[in-house]
Amino acid sequence: MNSPSPEAPKPSLTRRLFLGFNLTGIGALFAGTFVQTVRYLKPNVLFEPEPVFKAGAPDKYFEGTVTFLAKRSVFLVRDAKGFRALSAICTHLGCTVKPTPGGFDCPCHGSKFDPQGEVQSGPAPKPLACFEIRLTDSGELLVDTTRIVGKDFVLKV
Amino acid sequence: MRAMQRKVLAALAALPRNVWGALFREGYPGYPDTDLKRSTLITGNLLLHLHPVKVRRHALKFGYTFCLGGTAFLLSLVLTVTGVILMFYYHPSVPKAYYDMEDLEFIVNFGLLLRNLHRWSAHGMVAVVFLHMCRVFYTGAYKPPRELNWVVGAALLGLTLMLSFTGYLLPWDQLAFWAITVGTNIAKAVPLVGPQLRFLLLGGNLVGPNALLRFYVLHCVVLPLTLGALMALHFWKVRKDGGLSGPL
Repeated sequence: MNSPSPEAPKPSLTRRLFLGFNLTGIGALFAGTFVQTVRYLKPNVLFEPEPVFKAGAPDKYFEGTVTFLAKRSVFLVRDAKGFRALSAICTHLGCTVKPTPGGFDCPCHGSKFDPQGEVQSGPAPKPLACFEIRLTDSGELLVDTTRIVGKDFVLKV
Repeated sequence: MRAMQRKVLAALAALPRNVWGALFREGYPGYPDTDLKRSTLITGNLLLHLHPVKVRRHALKFGYTFCLGGTAFLLSLVLTVTGVILMFYYHPSVPKAYYDMEDLEFIVNFGLLLRNLHRWSAHGMVAVVFLHMCRVFYTGAYKPPRELNWVVGAALLGLTLMLSFTGYLLPWDQLAFWAITVGTNIAKAVPLVGPQLRFLLLGGNLVGPNALLRFYVLHCVVLPLTLGALMALHFWKVRKDGGLSGPL
């Protein structure tokens, strides 16, 4: 007797709508799990060399020398004007460049840089990065690789 | 008890025929006498069902496929077997990885053979998968109804390259280190998420212990399982799309 007639009002929650809600919920669950999995894969603590480091007393470095700090991949350049900290990471694809009489050469794809780090030839798109360098209160050199400065930045000592 | 004994004895007396009969339900003994029995012999058997019941004549010509897909599959099997065997000696840690690789080359019995089988098969698989793709392209086998399988095949090419790339880091020598430094810097060129992608891939900013472990897990678990699943789909789809392409 209670079978729905064609004129009966439609139920507010149809089966189609109900299943739609379910699917949306399951979809959201999967999307959330994916996002959290990516977060899980992102390490919170890194055991890598610190980006800001002390490089010892300035008089350790003689004028006219280029000192390679291998652990940091940084060149400490001292010339008549003062100190500069030049990145040893090639701006092409991240290999370590090596100092030559004419500047710096990259062994991977042959980029060449002049002593200021400007690109001379090869595929490198940008000059070698120049990092901020300053003195600590105790008079030690401090290189901050998180702060990139212009190529005319020099620390006078 | 008696009945049980009689059953066991009867089963023993029927050896080895009953085992054989269980393996090949149709067509034993002798060669099946009808087409239907011959087909069910093939389709009803786990190993034999991989091969189609009927093959069109042109598909058997060597010059049509050059057996490239099959060779890629064979190489992936060689790589799985040799890879699992290499895993018994390899530690994915910075102090050990390089020396384990050296030990495999100079100390472990047949280590040199197995490592080089793995290495050369990997190079070969990249080449063969690429050539297989060329063959599929030149014979027009990517056209409907096979367009989905072309896409699956392209994914398989990508997985093959990713397996090759992740395996490249594991010897942990200079070549490996700089190749992955360069390769992950190339990954940085991905639009929008490039730098984050590199960070996730390496588990840091540098190629270090995290990167070695991540590449190991990708190389030995994640990518092979994905490759296996997609290969199953690829082969199944070849059959569902009507076998090899070609003149009707």
